[in-house]
Amino acid sequence: MPNEAPDPTADVRERPAADDVRRIYLQKDGPMLVEGPVEVQLEDGGVATSDRFRVALCTCRRSRRYPWCDTSHRRRRRDR
Amino acid sequence: MSDEPTGPMLPQDRGPVSAAMIGALRDGGPPAVGEAAATADPYGDDLQLALYVAYELHYRGFAGVDPAREWDPELLRVRAVLERRFLDALRADATAHESATAALDDLLVEPVGGDGVPHVLERSGTRSQLREYAAQRSLYHLKEADPHAWVLPRLWGRAKAGMAAVEFDEFGGGRAERVHAQLFADLMADLGLDTTYGRYVEAAGAEMLAVVNLMSLFGLHRALRGALVGHFAAVEVTSSPASRRLAGAMRRAGAGPAAEFFYDEHVEADAVHEQVVRHEVVDGLLAVEPHLERDVAFGIDATGFLDDRFGERLLSAWQAGESSLRRAIELDLVRVP
Repeated sequence: MPNEAPDPTADVRERPAADDVRRIYLQKDGPMLVEGPVEVQLEDGGVATSDRFRVALCTCRRSRRYPWCDTSHRRRRRDR
Repeated sequence: MSDEPTGPMLPQDRGPVSAAMIGALRDGGPPAVGEAAATADPYGDDLQLALYVAYELHYRGFAGVDPAREWDPELLRVRAVLERRFLDALRADATAHESATAALDDLLVEPVGGDGVPHVLERSGTRSQLREYAAQRSLYHLKEADPHAWVLPRLWGRAKAGMAAVEFDEFGGGRAERVHAQLFADLMADLGLDTTYGRYVEAAGAEMLAVVNLMSLFGLHRALRGALVGHFAAVEVTSSPASRRLAGAMRRAGAGPAAEFFYDEHVEADAVHEQVVRHEVVDGLLAVEPHLERDVAFGIDATGFLDDRFGERLLSAWQAGESSLRRAIELDLVRVP
């Protein structure tokens, strides 16, 4: 089946997923959320595994616990 | 009904209100509080300990106290007066945002070169400061995720499913040895602390009691479900970066593998929990009950306000070269494990 064009008005969180579909949540300023458990094949070899119900995969490449998000994507501010 | 055979000991009172509450539990009679409850400092040791003791009846109770007193109307009447004073003070002093999004956005920015307790412990924390921190925080962590479970019957749909999923993780995903409260007990053992539930209540000042009382207050009242969700969101959003610093502090001080693991686990777990709580629990609750928006914001603000007060107590004591614990048990804690 070919890819379907994105529907800009839909929100899957308000309806159940089909049994054979794994839901992934993308966001501009944050990790990719994937329903677990997962195995992640790393580019330089090696596999990271997690049995959490959901995992947060780093997309900014700043995480010190890559491939898992450690919130290093957050904006930083000098005051306070 | 028979008295609890085991459990924490009743603590020493810290003034007339806590004396009345503790005396009532010890003697089996009603609390003779008089006017003191209506005038006590809402953040002070006396009121906060009285509230802590009243709430503890809903968790594990006290050795020698009839467990049925959890629902004693006389105790609940006094508790309600104390809660009103605490809540009124917090609404006046802590409220800073009108929307959940605005309150969370402020937490999602990391200060550069911050000067909070995790920053200080990471840079220069001594083993004895880590022990003081863990002893006081044990009042929270040995109840970790417990009062938050009380909100589950009051949620529905996405909010309920998201909350239950995060709680499942907090409670070890079905494995007793992975329950976060157990992981904290393991950390305490690494630091040579006594892991007995309630052991460090006497060591904790009013600021730490207030942190624990806040989550009990929000958890026990359905009317405050929005504030409980806001509180939980604030905890999860701030936990991951703080845990990374505290893991570094434990490593630098050579605290031990369990001490490092507790915070390492929270770096990754809470990076996920933050996302689920914001997108499923907060958004899910407000989609169904939009009128709770200000309550969610209040829960976030009140959590930050009380955490900051606790942090200030620690840092001001340490800067003065003193212990942050209440003086009474200082010697007990420096005993070599």
